[in-house]
Amino acid sequence: MNATRRAVLAAIPAAFAAPRIARAQGAAGRVVIIGGGFGGASAARFARDRFPALDVTLIEQSRTFTTCPYGNLVLAGRRSIESITFTYDRLAARGVRVIHQRAEAIDHAARRVRLADGSAVPYDRLIVSPGIDLRWGAIEGYDEAASARMPHGWAPYVQPITVLERQLRAMPEGGTFVMAIPDNPFRCPPGPYERISMVAEYFKRHKPRAKIIALDAKNGFSKQPLFQEAWEALYPGMIEWRGASNDGRVVRVDPAAMECITEFGDRVRGDVVNVIPPQSAGRIAREAGLANQSGWCPIKPATFESAQVPGIWVIGDATIAAPMPKSGFAASSHAKHAVACIAADLAGRPPPPAVFFNTCYSHVGEDYGISIVGVFRGGDRLVEVEGSGGISPRDAQLPPDRRAEFRRLESLYADGWYEAITGEMFG
Amino acid sequence: MRLAVLAAVAWSVGIGAAAAQVPDAALLAGACQGCHGATGEGGHGIPSIRQMQTQAEFVATMRAFRANERPNTVMGRIARGYTDAEIAALAQHFAKPQP
Ligand SMILES: Cc1cc2nc3c(=O)[nH]c(=O)nc-3n(C[C@H](O)[C@H](O)[C@H](O)COP(=O)(O)OP(=O)(O)OC[C@H]3O[C@@H](n4cnc5c(N)ncnc54)[C@H](O)[C@@H]3O)c2cc1C
Ligand code: HEC
Repeated sequence: MNATRRAVLAAIPAAFAAPRIARAQGAAGRVVIIGGGFGGASAARFARDRFPALDVTLIEQSRTFTTCPYGNLVLAGRRSIESITFTYDRLAARGVRVIHQRAEAIDHAARRVRLADGSAVPYDRLIVSPGIDLRWGAIEGYDEAASARMPHGWAPYVQPITVLERQLRAMPEGGTFVMAIPDNPFRCPPGPYERISMVAEYFKRHKPRAKIIALDAKNGFSKQPLFQEAWEALYPGMIEWRGASNDGRVVRVDPAAMECITEFGDRVRGDVVNVIPPQSAGRIAREAGLANQSGWCPIKPATFESAQVPGIWVIGDATIAAPMPKSGFAASSHAKHAVACIAADLAGRPPPPAVFFNTCYSHVGEDYGISIVGVFRGGDRLVEVEGSGGISPRDAQLPPDRRAEFRRLESLYADGWYEAITGEMFG
Repeated sequence: MRLAVLAAVAWSVGIGAAAAQVPDAALLAGACQGCHGATGEGGHGIPSIRQMQTQAEFVATMRAFRANERPNTVMGRIARGYTDAEIAALAQHFAKPQP
């Protein structure tokens, strides 16, 4: 037994080594994963734990991964960027071959991924989890240069959240923070509203006369009644949210003037402007023919194999998987299912039943958390299980003496979720 | 005890097409691990579910969550998404082996 193999065995937690938990014996095969984020890292870990006969390679362009989740808590001043940044060392110690390079192209006829240095990685089955690209120019004037003045803070591998953090810290008291929020589908449906909340928490403490104007291309949003109820209670008079029917859709930006221009020509100036632009599946997925004209990747809901290219599984934000949201928890759920389907496919067995899961916690204030849950099943279509899931109860649905405790517990459990899911990926 | 679990499996017949398929316990458990941790150990107030209860107790707990008969913030919304057969499989995965 060589040293690496011993290290791998030592790293298997006791519960998995226990004989009563049957570890699936599967066919061997080379599984290559592009993208080491929520989808890709979860897939790599699950493949190592559950299907030791699989040979697992993870291709990730960066040496570290900074999570989008809890980035808003960095804006609030609750978390440091270091505390939400992880390395791939533990995954490597578990026996995943980690290659830190950009995947340039997928040759599906030859079943090879071409890397930035020109070398090729052969695969039997491929998982693609590249996350999103920002569609520069979809809002007129909003390109990569403009994003230095008007940060997005929506894709850490494009721009760290600290760019927006620094601008918020430098903003004068009494200033205005303007946000442009896109239409569906986009990464993390409750994310912009958690961001409004966390910036409000920071303002309340350090710049109590500051204002927040949120310009939204939609008329409604995830967990809306819960967010708005909390904003009124915690940050009265600070937040103005304008939906599409109230001329909230931003169509152009003027970075020099720090202005957002709406559909009907209103110019809204901010001291700090956060533009979350429309998005698409990551470039590698689009160039490999995995996306359709929408810019996102259709999948078979029973397996998450690409509906366009056989032998390639697409997971995470890049997919068209409504009614599942584009979330990290959803990506990890896709990941585990895709790995199990690949193992079954390699062994000539039918795929396991398709059951998917999501929970998104949001922090809205100190000791104040809310959540949304969904359980989904995939057959011809993806459907949410009737009678399950949904959002946390509103104030009126809770006995008055339980409200504060309920919100406090959910903010505590949110931290538990963050630790558990990042521990699974990088621990 | 074992009988109770078997009975739980039997009761699930008729819940829908999903119940007709044999649940994949380790795969279903993946959802739970996203909050309860990779081995079910819990943390930040989220309770440990790693061999804390017998299988019958675990099934009873999940059913109580489903019926909102046990205080919860999130487990009711979660438990209502799973069939009896799936809950029995999860019990086998996480709970104590039967004595
Ligand atoms: C502010 C904010 C808050 C959020 N909060 C939550 C939350 O509380 N809960 C939740 O569940 N979700 C949350 N999300 C959503 C979550 O971040 C995404 O849904 C999740 O990251 C999607 O996973 P993924 O694997 O599809 O993409 P990612 O996690 O983005 O991973 C993609 C990876 O692929 C790499 N990559 C891309 N192309 C290549 C290539 N060609 N070669 C090599 N590597 C490549 C990238 O470097 C990156 O590491 C939040 C998002 C935001 C923006
Ligand atoms: C979103 C986070 C989350 C997920 C996902 C989750 N749980 Fe829980 N679980 C909790 C919390 C929080 C509690 C405490 C009760 C509550 O507030 O809902 C709990 C309590 C429990 C308990 C009771 C433990 C005790 O001793 O009181 C059991 C059993 C349990 N969960 C099983 C599961 C199973 C099985 C799954 C997967 C199907 C699962 N949980 C998924 C957060 C989660």
